[in-house]
Amino acid sequence: MFSNLRRLGTAGLALVGTVYAGSAMAEVKMAFVEALSGGAASAGLLSQKTVQFFVDRINAAGGLNGEKILLSSYDNKTSAQETLIALKKAIDDGNRYVFQGNGSAFAYAILDAVNKNNERNPGKEVVFLNFAAVDPPLTNEKCSFWHFRFDADVDMKMAALTEAVKGDKNVKKIYLLNQDYSFGRSVAAAAEKMLKEKRPDIQIVGNEFVPLQKVQDFSPYVAKIKASGANGVITGNWGNDMLLLIKAGKDAGYNGVWYTYYAGGLGAPPAIGEAGIGKVKQVSEWHKDVTPELDPAIAAFEKRFPGQENEYGYWRIKTMMEMFAEAAKKAKSNDPIKVAGALEGLTMSTALGPVEMRADNHQLLQPLFVSTMSNKVKHPLQGTKIGFITDRKVDAKATAVPTTCKMQRPS
Amino acid sequence: MIEVFVSSLLNGVVYGLLLFMLSSGLTLIFSMMGVLNIAHAGVFMLGAYITYQIGKYAGFWVALMLAPVLCGLIGAAIERYGLRFVPNRKSHVPEILFTFGLLYLIEELVVMIWGRNPIPATVPEALDFPLFTLFGTSYPAYKAFMMAVSIGMFVSLYVALKRTRIGLVIQAALTHPQMVAALGHNVPSVYVLVFALGSALAGLAGAIGGFTWLTAPTLAFTVGPIVFVIVIVGGLGSLAGALIASMLIGILQTFAVVVDYSLRDLFAALGVTVSPSSPLYELYSIKVAQTAPVIPYLLLVLMLIVRPRGLLGTRDA
Amino acid sequence: MNDGSPTTVPPTALIGVQLRWWEKYKFWLIAAALLVVLPHIPGLSSGYGRSLLSQMGITAVFALSFNLLLGQTGLLSFGHAVYFGLGAYAAIHLLRAVNGGLPIPIPLVPLAGAAAGLVFGIIFGSVTTKKAGTIFALITLGVVELVYAASFMLHGIFGGDEGVSANRTGGPRLLGLTFGPQIQIYYVIAFWAFVSAVLMYAFMRTPVGRLCNAVRDNPERAEFIGYNPQRVRFIVFAVAGMFAGLAGGLLAINYEIVSAESVGALRSAQVLLAAYIGGIGHFIGPIIGAAVLVWLQVNLSDYTSAWLLYFGLFFMAVVLFAPGGLAGLIMMHAPIVRTRAFWGVLASYAVALVPAAIMLVGAVLLIEMNYRLSTQPELGARMKLFWVDLDAATPWPWVTAVVLLAAGFYVFRKTWRFVAAAWTRALDEAKARFAGGTSP
Repeated sequence: MFSNLRRLGTAGLALVGTVYAGSAMAEVKMAFVEALSGGAASAGLLSQKTVQFFVDRINAAGGLNGEKILLSSYDNKTSAQETLIALKKAIDDGNRYVFQGNGSAFAYAILDAVNKNNERNPGKEVVFLNFAAVDPPLTNEKCSFWHFRFDADVDMKMAALTEAVKGDKNVKKIYLLNQDYSFGRSVAAAAEKMLKEKRPDIQIVGNEFVPLQKVQDFSPYVAKIKASGANGVITGNWGNDMLLLIKAGKDAGYNGVWYTYYAGGLGAPPAIGEAGIGKVKQVSEWHKDVTPELDPAIAAFEKRFPGQENEYGYWRIKTMMEMFAEAAKKAKSNDPIKVAGALEGLTMSTALGPVEMRADNHQLLQPLFVSTMSNKVKHPLQGTKIGFITDRKVDAKATAVPTTCKMQRPS
Repeated sequence: MIEVFVSSLLNGVVYGLLLFMLSSGLTLIFSMMGVLNIAHAGVFMLGAYITYQIGKYAGFWVALMLAPVLCGLIGAAIERYGLRFVPNRKSHVPEILFTFGLLYLIEELVVMIWGRNPIPATVPEALDFPLFTLFGTSYPAYKAFMMAVSIGMFVSLYVALKRTRIGLVIQAALTHPQMVAALGHNVPSVYVLVFALGSALAGLAGAIGGFTWLTAPTLAFTVGPIVFVIVIVGGLGSLAGALIASMLIGILQTFAVVVDYSLRDLFAALGVTVSPSSPLYELYSIKVAQTAPVIPYLLLVLMLIVRPRGLLGTRDA
Repeated sequence: MNDGSPTTVPPTALIGVQLRWWEKYKFWLIAAALLVVLPHIPGLSSGYGRSLLSQMGITAVFALSFNLLLGQTGLLSFGHAVYFGLGAYAAIHLLRAVNGGLPIPIPLVPLAGAAAGLVFGIIFGSVTTKKAGTIFALITLGVVELVYAASFMLHGIFGGDEGVSANRTGGPRLLGLTFGPQIQIYYVIAFWAFVSAVLMYAFMRTPVGRLCNAVRDNPERAEFIGYNPQRVRFIVFAVAGMFAGLAGGLLAINYEIVSAESVGALRSAQVLLAAYIGGIGHFIGPIIGAAVLVWLQVNLSDYTSAWLLYFGLFFMAVVLFAPGGLAGLIMMHAPIVRTRAFWGVLASYAVALVPAAIMLVGAVLLIEMNYRLSTQPELGARMKLFWVDLDAATPWPWVTAVVLLAAGFYVFRKTWRFVAAAWTRALDEAKARFAGGTSP
C-alpha cells in the first residue's frame, strides 16, 4: 500500500542521492536498537529520546569532525531474533555504530552478531555502544574490542551497595531476593561474595530466586523475609517484580531496609510511595538531587519532552555521547576502528566527577551514588513528593572491579 | 513453625479468593457457554483502568459501582456485535482466535488511551490501614475487603444460578439451546446476558485488583493464563469447583514458597548424593520455592491427564 | 462464502487424463525454480532481503507443521513452539559441538532439530493427545508455560538469559562454502523448506494423513470404522513436532543464537497467526501466511508505532470475514478463473477498492493521530500522514478522518451489490461450462 510507495520513493531519492554523493554532506550513521513497542517499550522510548537529544546537541555544535550524525531507530520488539533482524537492517542501511542497553539478552545477541559481522566483513565494522546492559560477562568472558559499556555492571554496583551495607552497623542479617535469570543470579553471587569480604559478621539468611515477571503476590516471600529476621534485603529486581515486592513489604509492615538497583526506575517512586522513605535505597550513577541545581542539559531535555513518562533517567547517556564526541575529536576521524581506539583509555571530566573508559575491558568507570528515598528533596520524581538523597558517593576509580577479560584487538 | 504455617495459610486464602474473583466471570462464560474467552483478562484490565479513571473524578466507591456496569456493557457488545458473527462456531477454534485478537486490541486500546507506563492506582484511603497484626505481620484492610467481595460474588452467583428462574433458564439454555428456544425463551439474549454478567464480574475484579496488582497494559497477559487454569482445574460447569480450585492453587503456591528444599535434598535424605557434574544436576537443584509460580500449570497438565473433567466438572469440554 | 474446511476434490478437468510427470508436479517445479531465483531479484538481493527470505522460509516450515495439527487434524495447539524451540536448542548445541571439532557439515545440523522435535513430540504427545478440542489446547498451554519457565531455570541447557550461541562458519567446509554469507544459508534453508513441504504434502496423502482428516471431521465415525483417533492424533503430533524441530534447527543456523523466546507462548501465538491468516484449509495457506506475517512484522514497525494494533485488527478481520485465510480467498476464485466473466469480477473489485481505500485511510488517520497524541506527545501534534502535513491538535484532521471513514464505509457497502452480481454471473458461466464442457 502506501508503505510500498513510500519505500519506492525513498529508494528513488536514495538513487538520486548517490549520484550527487560527491557533493553531498557525509554523515555518521548511528543506529538505535531497542524495544519501541509492546510491554517493555517505556524504557526503550525514553532512552531513544535521550540519545536523540544528545545527538541533536552534538550536531548543533558542529557535528563529529564536521559530519552530522544521523540517528535511525530500529524496533527490536523485545525479541532476540528481531534484534538480529533489526541489526541486519541497520548494517545494511550503512550504520556503523549501534546503541542498545535495555535487556542483556539482546546485548549478547548484538555483541555476537557484531563480532561475526566485523570478522566476516572487513571494512564494514560496527561498534556497539551499550548504555544499560549490566551482565558482567559482557566485560569479562565475553569482552570484545567492538563493545563499550557505559553503565556500571552488576559487580561494580554491588561493590558500591555493599559499601553502604558495610557502613550500617544496625544491619546484622541480610536476605537476598532476585529474579531467576542470569542478571538476578549474578546479583546474588556478587552480593554473597562481597558481603563475606566486607562484613563477615553479617549473616545471609536467605537467597531466593523468583521466576521473572511471573509472581503477582509477594506476600509469601515477605513472610519468609520476616520469619528469617532479616533487617535488610538486597534485590536486583526491576519492573513489576520490584514494585510488587516493596508493596507487599509495606502491606505486611516490614520495616527493614531495601537495597535495590532500580528503585528509581520509571513508575517505581509513585508505586512505592511514602512507605519507602528512609527505607528504600538504590545505587545509580545519578539521581535528580545529586546536585543542588539541575544540570542545564537535563533541564533542557525536560523542557523539550514534558510529561511524567519522559522524566530524565539516563545520565550515563549524556556521559556516553560526550565521551564519544571527545573520542572522535581525538581520533580526528569518524571511522569506527579509529574512534574505538581513541575511546579506550579515554578520560573525561563530567559534572559529577572524572570518568574513565577502561582500556582493558571497555567498561566505563564513573562515580556511583547510593541514595535513600526521602521527602525532603528539591526535585521530587514522577509527580510524587518523594525523591532520593545521596548517602554516599563512590568515586570512579574506586568503583573498578577486577576483570577476566582477554581482549583481542584488531591488528 | 506455627507462625509460618498460619501466615502462609492466611496469605494463601487471600490469594486464592483473589484468583476466584478473577475467574468467576470466566467460569460463567467458559463453563457455561464453552467459549474460551481469551479477552476476559482484557476486560479485567479495562475494569482496573476504568476504575482509576472514574475514581480520579468521582472517588473510588462510585467507580467501584460504575466499572462493572461498563464492563458488562462491553461484554454484551463483544457477544452481540462480535462473537455472533464469527463463523463456524461449532468447532470453537474461530471463537478462540477472535477473542485472542480482541485481547491484543484491548491492550493496544489501553496503550492508546492511558499510555504504556503503569498508572498509580493507589489503595483507597478508607481501606489503607492494617486491619490486624498477627505474629508481627500486619494484614491490610483492603485484603479483607477483597475477601469479602470475593465471597459475596460466589454466594450471589450461586444463588442466582441455582435458585432464581433466570438462572435455571441460563443453565438449560447452555446445554439444550434448541429445547429452551422451543419453550419460548430468547436464547441469543441469554447468551448476551451471560457474557455481560461474566464481563461485569471481570470488571469488578479489575476494580479491586487494580490497586492490589500493578495497573499496566501488561496486566492482561500476566494474569490471563492463570484464570484458565482455575476454570479447567475446577471443572467445567461448576462454580464451586472454581472456588475450590482457586483456593487450592492459592494455598499450594503460597506454601510452596516456604519450601526451600529441592530434589537434591530429597536424594541426600535418602543417602544419595548428586554431584555437580551429573547432567541433570541443575534440574535436581531447583528448589520447590523457585517453582511456585508455575505450580498452576503443573496442576493443569496433571489434572487434564488424570481427570479431564476437573475437580467438580459436570461436563466435558 | 468459504469456510475453514479444506477441499479434497481433485480438479475435475484432470480426471481420467494421463499426465506427464512434469505436468503432474508442475507446482513443485515452479516452487523450486522460484526458491532458486528469489534471492537474486533486485529488491531482495541485499543482505537484509535475503535474511528476510530466510526468515520466511523458517516460519513457513514451522507454520506448515502447525497446520498438520490445526488444519488437517483439527487440533489447536497453544504450545507448538515447544518443539520448535527445543529443536533449535538441540541444533545449536550440535553446532557448538561442530565448532569444537565434530565433523558434521552445517547443512546437516538442522536434522538434530528434527530429531529433538520428534523425541519431544513423542514424549509430550503421549500425554497431551489423549483428548482433543479445548482440553488439548489447554494442556498445550500448560506445557508451554512449564517449558518456558524451565528454560530460565536450567542454565546449562538453555543458557539462561543470554541464550546459547555458536558459529556457523566454524564447521567443516563443504565444496568450499563457509556458510558465512547469508545467500549460502538461504539456500540451505530453501532446500530444507522444500524437502519439508514435499514430505508434509506426501504425509497428508498417506492413509495416516487421510485418517487425520477423518478424525478432524468426525472422530466417532473414524472409531466406528475401526481406527483409534487417539493413535492418529499421537502420530500426527509426533510428525508435526519433528518438522517444527527441523524449523527450529534452521533458525539455529540462521541466527547462530537461540534464546528462551523460541519456546514461549508468544512464539506459539505467532505461528498460529501465520497459519490462520494464510489459510488453514489449504496446503499453501501457511506458506502465504508465514510470508505475509514475517514481512508485516519486520517492516510495519518501521512505518508506524501502532503496528500491533493493525496486526490485531487484520487478524480479527480475517477471523470474521475470511476464515479461510488468504489462501482461501485466492482459491475461492478457482472455479471462475477461466470464465470470461472473471474480468467482470476483477472490475467489480476495482470499483469496490476505491471506497474501501478511502475508508481505510480514514481509519488509519484516526489511529495514527490518536497514537501520536497519547504515546508521543512531546513530538508535538504536527505530523505528516499520507504525504500531507497536518496538526492533530486542530479539529479539521479529525473531522476529515471521520468523514472519510463514514463515507467510505457507506459507499463500500453499496458496491457489494456490484461484486455480488459479478460473482453470480461468473459462477453461472462456470456452471454452464462445466455442464456443457468436459464430461467425466
